[in-house]
Amino acid sequence: MPTNILMPALSPTMTEGNLAKWIKSEGDSVEAGDVIAEIETDKATMEVEAVDEGILGKILISEGAQNVAVNTPIAVLLEEGETANDIGDVSTDTPAPAASADDQQAEDAPAASHDADQPEGAVIEDRDILYHQGIIIEPPPFDEASFTDVYEATVREALRDAMSEEMRRDETVYLMGEEVAEYQGAYKCSQGMLDEFGADRVIDTPITEHGFAGIAVGSAMNGLKPIVEFMTWNFGMQAIDHIINSAAKTLYMAGGQLGCPIVFRGPNGAASRVAAQHSQCYASWYAHVPGLKVVSPWSAADAKGLMKAAIRDPNPVVFLENELLYGDKYDNIPSSDDYVIPIGRAKIERSGSDVTIVAFSIMVGKALKAAEELAEQGIDAEVINLRTIRPLDRHTILESVKKTNRIVVAEEGWPFAGIGSEIAALIDEHAFDYLDAPLARVCAKDVPLPYAANLEALALPQSQHIVEAAKKVCYQD
Amino acid sequence: MATSAKKNTSKKLGSGNVSNSNPEPTIEDLKKYYRDMLLIRRFEEKAGQLYGMGLIGGFCHLYIGQEAVVTGITAAQDNTKDTVVTSYRDHAHMLACGMDPNGIMAELTGREGGYSRGKGGSMHMFSKEQRFFGGHGIVGASTSIGAGLGFSHKYKKDGGVAIAYMGDGASNQGQVAECYNMAALWDLPILFVIENNQYGMGTSVKRSSAGTLYRRGEGYGIPGEQVDGMDVFEVEAAARQALDYIRGGNGPYILEMHTYRYRGHSMSDPAKYRTKEEVAGMKQDRDPITAIKDMLQEKGVEESVIKDIDKDIKEIVNNSATFAQESPEPHVDELWTDILVSEDA
Repeated sequence: MPTNILMPALSPTMTEGNLAKWIKSEGDSVEAGDVIAEIETDKATMEVEAVDEGILGKILISEGAQNVAVNTPIAVLLEEGETANDIGDVSTDTPAPAASADDQQAEDAPAASHDADQPEGAVIEDRDILYHQGIIIEPPPFDEASFTDVYEATVREALRDAMSEEMRRDETVYLMGEEVAEYQGAYKCSQGMLDEFGADRVIDTPITEHGFAGIAVGSAMNGLKPIVEFMTWNFGMQAIDHIINSAAKTLYMAGGQLGCPIVFRGPNGAASRVAAQHSQCYASWYAHVPGLKVVSPWSAADAKGLMKAAIRDPNPVVFLENELLYGDKYDNIPSSDDYVIPIGRAKIERSGSDVTIVAFSIMVGKALKAAEELAEQGIDAEVINLRTIRPLDRHTILESVKKTNRIVVAEEGWPFAGIGSEIAALIDEHAFDYLDAPLARVCAKDVPLPYAANLEALALPQSQHIVEAAKKVCYQD
Repeated sequence: MATSAKKNTSKKLGSGNVSNSNPEPTIEDLKKYYRDMLLIRRFEEKAGQLYGMGLIGGFCHLYIGQEAVVTGITAAQDNTKDTVVTSYRDHAHMLACGMDPNGIMAELTGREGGYSRGKGGSMHMFSKEQRFFGGHGIVGASTSIGAGLGFSHKYKKDGGVAIAYMGDGASNQGQVAECYNMAALWDLPILFVIENNQYGMGTSVKRSSAGTLYRRGEGYGIPGEQVDGMDVFEVEAAARQALDYIRGGNGPYILEMHTYRYRGHSMSDPAKYRTKEEVAGMKQDRDPITAIKDMLQEKGVEESVIKDIDKDIKEIVNNSATFAQESPEPHVDELWTDILVSEDA
């Protein structure tokens, strides 16, 4: 059957073009790939190649024609044995696109309606998705009080214990990073692990974050569960392409076929006197990205329970530790192998009725200290330790604010588009009518972190700033 | 011309003519190569046509001209356990891996029947079943991910080799050097394939790359070799030797394939950075498919046998185009799926 040759779109934005020149004439035979004409687009003159072999039966749009719309028939191609007389029986070789089966469903769109067609392991369970559909659900259940057997250890030992327990449990888990093996960890978070698991599973890398993060991601796509240590998250910026483009987006781009179970961990935020390039909080950077979970522990129990959860999670998890907390010792760390803190569940560290203070990582300790001082001044503060940044435990925050009617968010990161900004939006959208005062943020000053001791102290948020902010929202300043 | 092999291979690789290093190809071999390469070419031509009709959007990078590279390497690999990853010019690698042309074409048109149910597009497709790990739009990422696949083969001791394709442009990315280092340091089973089609988008290799690409592994002790990427027999022979070397536990290997793309970098590239004569000359003198067709004819294979293959391929490709247009757009709920894996999965 004769086939129409159509005016092609030669760029994503082209809607029409000029037929500059016919290279082939009527009656010429053409092979697939032969240049048959030249088309002028808004950007350039380009060649049109034949897709099928045949004889150029008739030219429909003559040379020099201007503004020919894309998909206009410009010529007719005849198959072997056909003549110009067969024209008229033209097939455009373009089956009509099936009417979108979704037009109806689009109107009554509840996400659950399509669940039956989803592949296994790709159900809609993301709390952030539900949130954008107007649903705030309770955090996953967790009976923390049931873990009564406890032991004493530092945060760094708790991290080591969590990684070791999970490596004993699952042979596909391995640890990779700079100085994690023979040096026992730049901050000694992997002390003893090389001896126990050997060099095949505790792997020293060269100083090459982009490369080893990509290697870990590739191995995760093919069935392993890497824990990647960045000596600090500042160096993790070298690897941010693989964390976001390769780890976070693959499941979606693969239509759910291929995921990336991986933990990226290391110290985040300011240490002590290491200045701007070594002192940045990445919580809001990574929390911005769909496809990532972001976790940030404060206590040793947090560190252990959240690390175990992160390793078991089938998704990429960004795990933000803090160097200044590594040496803190606690005597209340659950020793059970099953102590796995659900990602997405915050912890109320201190109950109170006058003001809610939301914090994570090192700011939890500062918030608790502030709460003590506030108590002395007659203000009863509730302190929420977020534990997970994304998916955020919105439910716990909102329930607390509905009770206290006042909220302060404390973080070590910069204010612009920070975690405090996100929580401010949450409160505005869902608890506006409960507020007795505008939300207050306590953040780092909006400057690169200075080296000088006095300037550094001025730049970082302290418990005194939280006290002041809490008094302000209680109108007691 | 293998250079500085860490554990030297005795044979001089990839520089002889086929009949010296390989037994004379049988008619069946020739027919298979002809068929495999023609499928890629006709598929890509059809993709170009659908793009022209506005049915494929965004970026669409065609492989026309380079067919011998992926066809020769796939013929040499172990398709029961080796893994493959490449960059954004990826349709051919998927066809070569045995992925379904319908699913690939439907992904190009952004439909439900596509490999990623319309959510990945031309540059982002995967098949766990066929051990194809993408389809990556970030230039250079395929080398690190490929080294990670190699790492996983070594960790699991499953005998597989990772095959990581990159373009000449990608070979200048920093992560390529990082991966050469670690792949050599840890003896990872990985074959790095540089598809040197002479142009990284519109910049010729001469204007972008110092030194010689296949020798970039020398400092790490990785042997490398230049291969005529327009000759499927040369490609297959070189890949076989390289894969034997890698499977022997010797670590990575680099093959630089000298090849040529007939079309622009993407559909909207008018290709003003090279002459028409250069392109026409390559098509005329070096076309990998014409070469095989000529060999079939020389061996006395009847025109009708070749025509039957042509017809068969045309039907497969036309069916894929029909499927890709008839398959519905993804359900609107697909917007919200596959962001995270459920924890109890």
